[in-house]
Amino acid sequence: MENMQYDTIVIGGGPAGLAAARSAWENGLRSILIIERDRYLGGILNQCIHNGFGLHHFKEELTGPEYADRFISLVKETGIEVMTDTMVLDVTPEHDVYVSNSKGFEILHAKSVILAMGCRERTRDSVGIAGTRPAGVYTAGSAQLYMNILGYSVGKRVVVRGTGDIGLIMARRMKLEGAEVLACIGASDHPDGLARNVNQCLEDYDIPLLLRHTITEIRGKDRVEQVVAMQVDEHRNVIPGTEKVFDCDTLLLSIGLIPENELSKKAGIPLDDRTSGAVVYENNETMVPGVFACGNVLHVHDLVDFVTEESIRAGKSAAEYVLGGGKQGGEPLKIANGDNVKYTVPMMAHLDKLEKNLEIFFRVKKMFGENSRIVVTQGDRQVASFKRPYMASSKMEKIRIPVKLLADVSPEGGPLVVSAVEEGGGANA
Amino acid sequence: MYDILIIGCGVSGASCAYMLSRYDLKIAVVDKSNDVANGTTKANSAIIHAGYDPAPETQMARLNVRGTELAKEIAENLDVPCINCGSLVLAFDEADLEHVRKLYERGCANGVPGLKILNAEELHEMEPEISAEAVGALHAPSSCIINPWEYCLAMAETAVVNGAELFLNREVTGIDYRDGRFVVETTDGTFEAKHVISATGVYSDKVRSLVETPTYKIVPTRGQYFLLDKDEGKRVSHTVFQCPNEKGKGVLVSPTVDGNLIVGPDANVGECEDTSTDKAGLDAIRAAARKSVPDINFRMNIKNFAGVRANSDHDDFVIERSGTFPGFIDIACVKSPGLTAAPAIAEQVVGMLAEDGLELKEKEQFINSRKRPRIEKSDAEMRKKLIEENPLYGRIICRCENVTEGEIVAALHAPIPPTTINGVKRRVGSGMGRCQGGFCTPKIHEIISRELGIDMLDICLEEPGSEILKYRSKNNKEG
Amino acid sequence: MREVICIVCPKGCHLRIEETANGDYNVSGASCERGIEYGINEVTNPVRVLTSTVKVEGGSLVRCPVRTDGSIPKSKIFECMEEINNVTAKAPVTVGDVLIEDIAGTGIALIATRSVS
Repeated sequence: MENMQYDTIVIGGGPAGLAAARSAWENGLRSILIIERDRYLGGILNQCIHNGFGLHHFKEELTGPEYADRFISLVKETGIEVMTDTMVLDVTPEHDVYVSNSKGFEILHAKSVILAMGCRERTRDSVGIAGTRPAGVYTAGSAQLYMNILGYSVGKRVVVRGTGDIGLIMARRMKLEGAEVLACIGASDHPDGLARNVNQCLEDYDIPLLLRHTITEIRGKDRVEQVVAMQVDEHRNVIPGTEKVFDCDTLLLSIGLIPENELSKKAGIPLDDRTSGAVVYENNETMVPGVFACGNVLHVHDLVDFVTEESIRAGKSAAEYVLGGGKQGGEPLKIANGDNVKYTVPMMAHLDKLEKNLEIFFRVKKMFGENSRIVVTQGDRQVASFKRPYMASSKMEKIRIPVKLLADVSPEGGPLVVSAVEEGGGANA
Repeated sequence: MYDILIIGCGVSGASCAYMLSRYDLKIAVVDKSNDVANGTTKANSAIIHAGYDPAPETQMARLNVRGTELAKEIAENLDVPCINCGSLVLAFDEADLEHVRKLYERGCANGVPGLKILNAEELHEMEPEISAEAVGALHAPSSCIINPWEYCLAMAETAVVNGAELFLNREVTGIDYRDGRFVVETTDGTFEAKHVISATGVYSDKVRSLVETPTYKIVPTRGQYFLLDKDEGKRVSHTVFQCPNEKGKGVLVSPTVDGNLIVGPDANVGECEDTSTDKAGLDAIRAAARKSVPDINFRMNIKNFAGVRANSDHDDFVIERSGTFPGFIDIACVKSPGLTAAPAIAEQVVGMLAEDGLELKEKEQFINSRKRPRIEKSDAEMRKKLIEENPLYGRIICRCENVTEGEIVAALHAPIPPTTINGVKRRVGSGMGRCQGGFCTPKIHEIISRELGIDMLDICLEEPGSEILKYRSKNNKEG
Repeated sequence: MREVICIVCPKGCHLRIEETANGDYNVSGASCERGIEYGINEVTNPVRVLTSTVKVEGGSLVRCPVRTDGSIPKSKIFECMEEINNVTAKAPVTVGDVLIEDIAGTGIALIATRSVS
């Protein structure tokens, strides 16, 4: 095994890694290795037992484990090698991959590397919740693992901080398994999760939604006894005198996900402050040649279908890189976020490498109504415009700009700017 | 009957147990907690102080300087992470410089080696991230950073390996002296001993009250901290203090032995049990720290915590015999630099016991070494060798700190095995990183259950009552 | 008239459901046929897909994730949970295995969504 050379090593066997590996295979690579730290492939999908996956990619509604199972089967029918229960400790810019498992510690080498390590959850300390440090404070993901994989409940009287999809889904899950869920609490003026999850997770079960509030304090010496919620203003500063005390034994935190880029940093890959993921080109290549990134390690997605789509592109790009002998594109075009847009992925594009479309993922900063548009400009010139009603910061948006609309765009003309506008007012696009 | 009963297994009690375990004595150590080091020892600044703070000629000054020497030796022998990084006391104005000069003189009088007053240029060359406002500093090269709970654990484990008996989960409820022996009642059993040492930290006045009216009053003082991500750990290479002034004692900014950055503490008089944090206090610490190191990125905070120190109405440590029963030795009022002074205090206590006629016959075979596997710190060859010997050393359980299953299993079968998630964490560093145990807690939970045969539902985060899980799903409800 | 957010897909269409004079329903705002069906169901007989886990004996995992193989009436969710909580699967289990044929008299099956060896 020592000095074994692969065409590509995929780090991570969740939805991103599985789709990328399969795509690399379909695009001609034959020596592919997936490295997964867990005992099983499938990643976090294994504990996401709820339905709602696969509507885009498989055109049917699946649960997380079923979605994972489909891709595991697609990988198993190829000659892709899989190493489970194995941790990657280091990746170098030269594509050396240091791995550790119960069989040993070794250095593998690959012509290309695909980063698909996913993300981690933010903790109470990353948002500065004061108070005691008792048992009973869990991230939604660890509560989900205890519940769905190990078969235990972490609490009987639960408050959920965070109104993202994971928080909403865990609120329902705890309720179904016999816990009382006192409230789902979020700081903004609208829930962060998909509207359909507010409907089917909270409203169906009469779980109160408390917006414009945050948890400021945890009380209880050994076990959570109370949490204190306070109202916040539009700048998220707490408003004195608005304390609401909940008698509960558990606080679930669903307060955001952070791409896990420890290995990317070790490989010397520049990261983007807005996404906390790698800076990538249109083909998902990072600024270190031959290293690609896809899925939640690149930017946090809300739909696994989009992860799949992005990962298929990363796998294909890795294949092109290896089979094309590492050919690089010309001067890249910069892509920037304009009015009401938080970030874009990719951040740069090689116009000469585009096939049919330039695909851009992004998130908007606020809620939009029915008459809203996405506008793409370069300098004073509008390049493309897309009608897009009901955009929300909780929902990742995607546009496909046909190559023919980019005929007059060149890197010298400055960045391509993506903005979101509300018709009849709003941004100046 | 025991020769010695030590009440409390924080750093003071563990030091006594360690120092006494080299002699042919029957020793028992009792602690009310379910683990050692579970009081002040587990939540403090983790500094081995050079010794320029205490007033010359005091017991505290002598024990501090001696403690620093001993700490380095013990850390070396017992495999405790300890880094001799040196410390700086910053001066921002003439009044501060005056204070720095006073500390320099005190330090010299106390016998602190290598002290030097730095000018602004020398300071900024040594620590480029220090505020440009700083005009000078005292440099004390002998100061160290240490892993405080491992320090305590290492001494306690070595004592146990050398025959001392440790009894956890036993709170002392009564102390009597009759027929020439102490009879110590606990919540789980009675102990008899010729000599009793109380090393009970913030509870020392309560324990002393079981014998007689204490000669001192403990003022439990809560101090809060930030522990920042390793990405912030290189902001400074020394422990950086501020001069105390009318606005307060100032906060420290220091690297930790694990490579994080620690910032704190403040001082809030409160209750022994109160280790909560509060927003106002943390905000003040943040602001104070930025005075020393302006660019600290507090968004990289990975944990806030608070510890309670045993401040008192005495300036010095109290290390004394009971007036009622002279065989009872009380170690009390051990505030900062207590972590530093602990082994020197123990030396002094051993001396007192000798004076009292305790026969100190050295053991023929005293084991004065300890080693634990540290995979993350091993080179490639060592890693390979360890994994070959035990495949569990290849399985990473804590992905942030790269802690292996082998290290966790080894800790669970060590002389003082942990039974809690935090007990494992303190021993191997699991869950200390960015995700704060989000990913590894369920795995460690299962490993503890498997290795120690404890039901998943009964495993605690920390003290009894802090069980992680409430019930099994699927109509098998318990707990 | 009732307004609901469609749960059929992540798009989250804003549906308006109006009862017509002849007792039929008119759904606007939907972008697909399934959305129209959902809208009508929501005011007549709301239904949901229920997901949970069941106990597994003798397997590599102690719980197997499951779902109803179709929508069940919303009002029967907790009744279904009772049955789910009382069933024990024996390993091996394969994705799609039927664990309860007719859950809570709904005529809908409960199926495994993960294989457990």
